[in-house]
Amino acid sequence: MDPKAYDVAGIDNQWCPGCGNFSILKIVKQALAELDIPPDKLVFVSGIGQAAKFPHYIKCNYFNGLHGRSVPVAMAIKAVNPDLTVIAESGEGCNYGEGGNHFIHNIRRNPWLTHIVHDNMVYGLTKGQASPTSMKGMVTPVQVDGVIIEPFNPISVAIALDASFVARAYAGHQQQSVGIIKQAIQHPGYALVDILQPCPSFNKLNTFQWYNDHVYYLEKEHDARDRQQAFKRACEVEKLPLGIFYRNEKPAFHDNLRVYQHDKIPLCKRSPHDLAKLKAFIESRK
Amino acid sequence: MANQSPDDISLVLAGQAGQGIETIESVLVRILKHACYNVFATKEYMSRVRLGANSTEIRVSFKKRVNCYIDRIDLLVALEKVTLARLSPRIRESTIIVCETEVYAGRGIHVPVPMTTLADAAGGKILTSTVAVGLVSGLLGIERGIAEYHIKHEFADKNADIIKKNLVALKNGLDAGMALAGSGKVKFATKTDACIADDILVNGAEAIALGAIAGGCNFIGSYPMSPSTAVLSSLAEKSRIFDIIVEQAEDEIAAINMALGAWYAGGRALVTTSGGGFDLMCEGVSLAGMIESPVVIHIGQRPGPATGLPTRTEQGDLNLALHAGHGEFPRIILSPGTIDDGFFLAQKAFNLAAKYQVPVFILSDQYYVDSYYNNPPFKLEGLQIESHVVKTTRAYKRYAITPSGISPRGIPGNGDGLVLVDSDEHDEDGHITEDFAIRTMMVDKRLRKLKNMGDDAIPPRFTGTSNYKALVIGWGSTSNAIDEALSIVGDPSLGHLHLLQLYPLSPDVRKYLVQPTRLVLVEQSPSAQLAQLVKLELGIDVHRKILKYSGEPFHVEELARRIKEEVA
Repeated sequence: MDPKAYDVAGIDNQWCPGCGNFSILKIVKQALAELDIPPDKLVFVSGIGQAAKFPHYIKCNYFNGLHGRSVPVAMAIKAVNPDLTVIAESGEGCNYGEGGNHFIHNIRRNPWLTHIVHDNMVYGLTKGQASPTSMKGMVTPVQVDGVIIEPFNPISVAIALDASFVARAYAGHQQQSVGIIKQAIQHPGYALVDILQPCPSFNKLNTFQWYNDHVYYLEKEHDARDRQQAFKRACEVEKLPLGIFYRNEKPAFHDNLRVYQHDKIPLCKRSPHDLAKLKAFIESRK
Repeated sequence: MANQSPDDISLVLAGQAGQGIETIESVLVRILKHACYNVFATKEYMSRVRLGANSTEIRVSFKKRVNCYIDRIDLLVALEKVTLARLSPRIRESTIIVCETEVYAGRGIHVPVPMTTLADAAGGKILTSTVAVGLVSGLLGIERGIAEYHIKHEFADKNADIIKKNLVALKNGLDAGMALAGSGKVKFATKTDACIADDILVNGAEAIALGAIAGGCNFIGSYPMSPSTAVLSSLAEKSRIFDIIVEQAEDEIAAINMALGAWYAGGRALVTTSGGGFDLMCEGVSLAGMIESPVVIHIGQRPGPATGLPTRTEQGDLNLALHAGHGEFPRIILSPGTIDDGFFLAQKAFNLAAKYQVPVFILSDQYYVDSYYNNPPFKLEGLQIESHVVKTTRAYKRYAITPSGISPRGIPGNGDGLVLVDSDEHDEDGHITEDFAIRTMMVDKRLRKLKNMGDDAIPPRFTGTSNYKALVIGWGSTSNAIDEALSIVGDPSLGHLHLLQLYPLSPDVRKYLVQPTRLVLVEQSPSAQLAQLVKLELGIDVHRKILKYSGEPFHVEELARRIKEEVA
């Protein structure tokens, strides 16, 4: 498909000039086009923040919900209609801060959804406060003496929880990121893609130049099935490795549900409960 | 025996958590029903897994169905001392107390039975609860075969040795009970009621769960919290027969967001929770309001604030359900009184949610969910699962402005259109907007639904004659107790108006309240929340209030006494 198929005509884009979100939008459209996923079979679920406005700029079904809550919405959509391609997309504040509990427990559930987290190490929409991944020492209008708490490491947390697909990408690398996101979408389970991006308006520390100096790709020899090795690489913070850290294929959440054991028809397409069967059940309560 | 009512017996079984009081209740109630006695049962228990003091009230009636809690105790079977002490306000001179000698506390008529010894003889103290089942069965003249059948059924998944020991314990209890009855020391005049043979035994929680299935519920995401968990486990049990996805959420925030995701994708979802858990859902309720998503929310009320009394009852969360969530948007609040109400209101809740695309609340309480009585099977004839989902076209707009305020609801993948929903204010397509004119149109559109919702509201249930001089108003779990209290008061000029839908109010409510009459509200809360709502919505003052907020349900005697005082 042509990536233009996902363009939304006449939309007023709210992102700042030079924002990494523009590159991510291009990367995601390219990946979807290469996978031939039609807009009407695609659902984006997002939360709140600048990244969470993403679905407004791509032609698809979407559920732009509450801050931090995209993943529980997304997992339920996939469970009720496994025929849909479901992508949860939001920023790191939304997913690792406000939605931290859902991040943890949905890794345990392993729903088949792609979880794309725009990670710019700062809060954009609320104008420049620290985010869960902000580096120590970063001075902001709230952290006036600099950030004093440890940054959250989503990659190591996800591997510790035995997530089935864990990757890091960089918005500045179009071609490699398309490849990573394509693999994530095709992965039949929970797939985390933490995608690094600069925020030219509020993050003066982690600029395009900073990222270019601090990222590199995992070697071709990296064995993504080796959890210990993956965890070790995830703990590297001086320079940030990019690529697929870890993969552990296992049945997706909906595959394990009783309703799909003998019948693959999505729940939403089945006929409603048989009231005659219910009547018989009620009468068994004599 | 002195003082026994010829019509019914009030039986209480008391023991510590872990002594099997709940098992006795469920087995005994089934035995009694099988023997064609009318039964009502409700439990009161402490928020702990061991020790403490738990009891269960079982009313056995020979003439008619019984369906609510009373204070009087005719026969009390106590397994230990602490529980007996806790029940002491309910013990009268005529109460027969069956217990070991060292448990007896000096009031009521003591009938010593060495239950522990009888249990030991069958294989161990753990069998005391089964001895108690046998004892009561023996005292009430139950056929041995019926009692044995239900013991075998209860322990069906246990090994042969356990079943055998329980049958011996049952026999020891039955023999002791029959000997007592034969000696004339304890004698109850019993009579069976053959016309209840086809009745079902379903508690409030199960009535709601079955009603939800009848309404098409196929998804429940919830976090366990007393007393609402019973609805979750009841649906989980039935998910083996009906197609239902049951997911225990990581928290209540996830639960309601899952429910909204499920509805968005074309499912029909329920969440069940109680006060504190519902507090966490409030933002999700507001989201449902903004994206115009259907969702059904069961709140099993318990006394708050905060953790309050986790396993007790109250009706203190009407205002919470009414005002939960920031911003203004329409909602529907239903509240069941009888077991039938639980089924039919839960069924209707799903259709109303789908039709109006609003959150629909089912407001119950601990007493409601934990109580049960024999009841005719629910009549399913005429019930329908209404989808209210449209197939989309390319030009589909999720929030199309319509005269009724209802925009046809599509779901992703069903048609050529795209379904866009947004928690921000949005235009007809579902895109973010800050256009003041569109904002005003969207607010008006959402609130316009209230008009039809009000006209469509479920009318209140009135009992009495049309020229009543005083009207007792109730909602929720007090329904049956008010009816029985009024039958005790015996004044034909008193009416009972029970509200099944609390918001928006049915136009019929006003018709009943504007009659020149004394209005008396019965509510389990300290501040008469329904009276506040009636004042706000209808401008009518309810001056007389019968309130209770100890955590214990109203009992019939107390209600009869207080109604008499208020209408005097």
